[in-house]
Amino acid sequence: MTDSADTSSIRDAVTQRLARRYRAELRFRVAGLAAVASAVGVLVLLLGSILSQGLPAFTVYQLAVQVELPAAEIDPQGDRSEASLRRGGYSEVLREAVRAEFPEVQSRSEVRSLLGLYTPLNSTRLMDQVLADPGLVGTTHTFRMPIADDLDLYLKGSLVEDRELETRGSLTLAADGDAVALEAAAPDFASLVQDVRDVLDAQLATIGHRIPEAEGRLEGLAGRDLEDAQYQLEDLRHDASQLQERLAAADGWLSLDDALPSVLVETGGSTFRLTALSADGRQAQAERMLGDVAGVTVDDWTLYVIDTPSSRRRVSDQLIVWTRALVERGLITKDFNTYLFTNADSREPELAGVKGALFGSILTMLITITLSVPVGVFTALYLEEYAPKNRLTDLIEVNINNLAAVPSIVFGLLGLSVFINAFGLPRSAPLVGGLVLSLMTLPTVIIATRAALKAVPASIRQAALAVGASKTQTVFHHVLPLAAPGILTGSIIGLAQAMGETAPLLMIGMIAFIADAPTLGFEGLTQPATVMPVQVFLWSDGAERAFENRTAAAILVLLALMIGLNALAIYLRRRFERRW
Amino acid sequence: MPESTEIMTGSSATTSGSDALKVIARDVSVHYDGKLALDHVSIDIPDRSVTAFIGPSGCGKSTFLRCFNRMNDTIEGARVSGSLKIDGREVNDRAVDPVVLRASVGMVFQKPNPFPKSIFDNVAYGPRIHGLAMSRSDLEGIVETSLRKAGLWNEVADRLNDPGTSLSGGQQQRLVIARAIAVNPEVILMDEPCSALDPIATAKVEELIDELRENYCIIIVTHSMQQAARVSQKTAFFHMGHLVEVGATEDIFTNPRDPRTQDYITGRFG
Repeated sequence: MTDSADTSSIRDAVTQRLARRYRAELRFRVAGLAAVASAVGVLVLLLGSILSQGLPAFTVYQLAVQVELPAAEIDPQGDRSEASLRRGGYSEVLREAVRAEFPEVQSRSEVRSLLGLYTPLNSTRLMDQVLADPGLVGTTHTFRMPIADDLDLYLKGSLVEDRELETRGSLTLAADGDAVALEAAAPDFASLVQDVRDVLDAQLATIGHRIPEAEGRLEGLAGRDLEDAQYQLEDLRHDASQLQERLAAADGWLSLDDALPSVLVETGGSTFRLTALSADGRQAQAERMLGDVAGVTVDDWTLYVIDTPSSRRRVSDQLIVWTRALVERGLITKDFNTYLFTNADSREPELAGVKGALFGSILTMLITITLSVPVGVFTALYLEEYAPKNRLTDLIEVNINNLAAVPSIVFGLLGLSVFINAFGLPRSAPLVGGLVLSLMTLPTVIIATRAALKAVPASIRQAALAVGASKTQTVFHHVLPLAAPGILTGSIIGLAQAMGETAPLLMIGMIAFIADAPTLGFEGLTQPATVMPVQVFLWSDGAERAFENRTAAAILVLLALMIGLNALAIYLRRRFERRW
Repeated sequence: MPESTEIMTGSSATTSGSDALKVIARDVSVHYDGKLALDHVSIDIPDRSVTAFIGPSGCGKSTFLRCFNRMNDTIEGARVSGSLKIDGREVNDRAVDPVVLRASVGMVFQKPNPFPKSIFDNVAYGPRIHGLAMSRSDLEGIVETSLRKAGLWNEVADRLNDPGTSLSGGQQQRLVIARAIAVNPEVILMDEPCSALDPIATAKVEELIDELRENYCIIIVTHSMQQAARVSQKTAFFHMGHLVEVGATEDIFTNPRDPRTQDYITGRFG
């Protein structure tokens, strides 16, 4: 009787609290799930943004031109010697080759703006090709070069806002010098007229807000200040009245300027830029940009609108027109960006690559691996297996653990004062970088190795000792193989960390613009180099917009390297893992 | 001192199937960090027989066992004094290399501890490091003989390359015994070899111990008095670091002289 009563009361008590206990469990699970979800979300966001930024950098638009290489220009001494070939006028022949594509380009200033299609560094590339194959002299050579970074971005669609408008009727063109009068059969320009009006309205509204502000500022001013303010106010009023005049279009024409969208008419290989629109949307005035058409009526024509005004973008309408024409003619093609991998750093984004940084990273990592892994593993082995436990070894252990927490830039300072100043090793060299990163990685390797050694069960040591193995045999036959996966994982994590390190390399001059990749070999160890994370940092600071994509692309390369290293760690772990 | 005389009489009374004395220990004491764990133990152990050490936990029997192959050396702060001779050769001497000693004194531990290597490599490890086999076929011969002696050959002959850790607990323990006898030791030490095994595996190991007795001097530490009674010819009872009583197993279990022994074997403490 009493027994069952007791049991039921315990049951009641448990049941009462049961719901609360389950709720607590649920809360905990929801919190854990939320933590995981947010972590994954952030990761996806990060990867997504890097991918969307970086992937465009893996393709490049290349211009193929037929370069004539007359011996007289290229080989002034006529002996095909390197000295002579190096004095050749490559930039001239390259310019002539590009100019040949646009016979209508005559004036000096137009020729100069043609140079905006590509970077002058390409003439050096052309020279290198000729030096590699002197047989090219006197022939016509197909030379492929990346187009200017801004035009590359334009073709990738990330430089300007643009659109093409459908046209319904035919278009009649009447040329008068460079000016052309256009008349469309259908009101194809009507929507443009509305767009232009909207933009002008918006401009007028902005000025409209500023006029009362300027008026308010007049109060309490005197003398010179008052005059200035009045002058500014007059200026604003003048602008406003001009805009109103343009909107009113008393003569029936809306004039276009560089603060308004650029409108290009493209028809059969010719391009015209509109300078004015008639209010009824049927007529327009234009100027010739490319090709020549006079007094004809065409059915096949398109309106190409660049909504970003030319005053607010880095490429002129003329360059865009030329680029579009070259694409149309099939001379500009989209290719895989090999420059990103075969070139070292460059001032010009279209020619900049990660090769130098990649080689620098590889050389630096080789030094780090060969130093920090053996030294770290043997240190840990000695401390863990042989060293007596006393005050001295305690002190050493505490110091190693503290070393792992030292800010990495301190190691850079150490490298600067010891390796460069005291030992006289060269600056910016992978050798010094590797030494510094080894110092930084050592504590990680030692701590990971000691943990791995500690995790080997004592029974294995006893078994080996009891069979008559010596201490060293026990360690090398049994303990070390069992600890190997842990040691490898720890070492690779340490190395991956070192590979992503920038701060200590600042101090030893590895943060520099280096246009030549170091050679993969012993001599490369002392050549100036930089490493991947530093390259990312340098590019992120680049003035050109195209460096944005390349920064993300370099991050992707670095991430791929990291993932490769980690995959290697997992593979080695699986390979060497033994169960007991 | 009356204790030690008692031991002398006890050991001289031992007759059951033992020929020469294999181990002679005199006044062996062990300190752990200055704390006395084993107090002046003297004992004679005959060859080709099984000697069992029994006693409650912490009585020093395992500590004493570890003196036979100097495993106490691996324990930080352990200090061993006294004399322990195997075949007349002093063990407890700095001049004796523990590696040489352990090659002739095999040991089996409480938990089976095969190396995470193949069955073959487990048994071959000792002969390999001591250079006992001249050729591969020699080594194969040693491995087969050892596994046969350990009664494991028939079970593993077709899978010598499987990891030793893939065997069952009882098989692992017999593998470990095979590993110990592969170097042909003079003495085999067993530290509670069956405490982690089920009754069937225990029976097999006990049967094996009984067979091995014909060739080896076996010293076994056990918590199970039934086991001591089943496998040993001679039994020593330890208590609080003292060797309380030693004698023929039958005498100890049927006619203990010391009241502490009596209390222990009748289950009054321990």
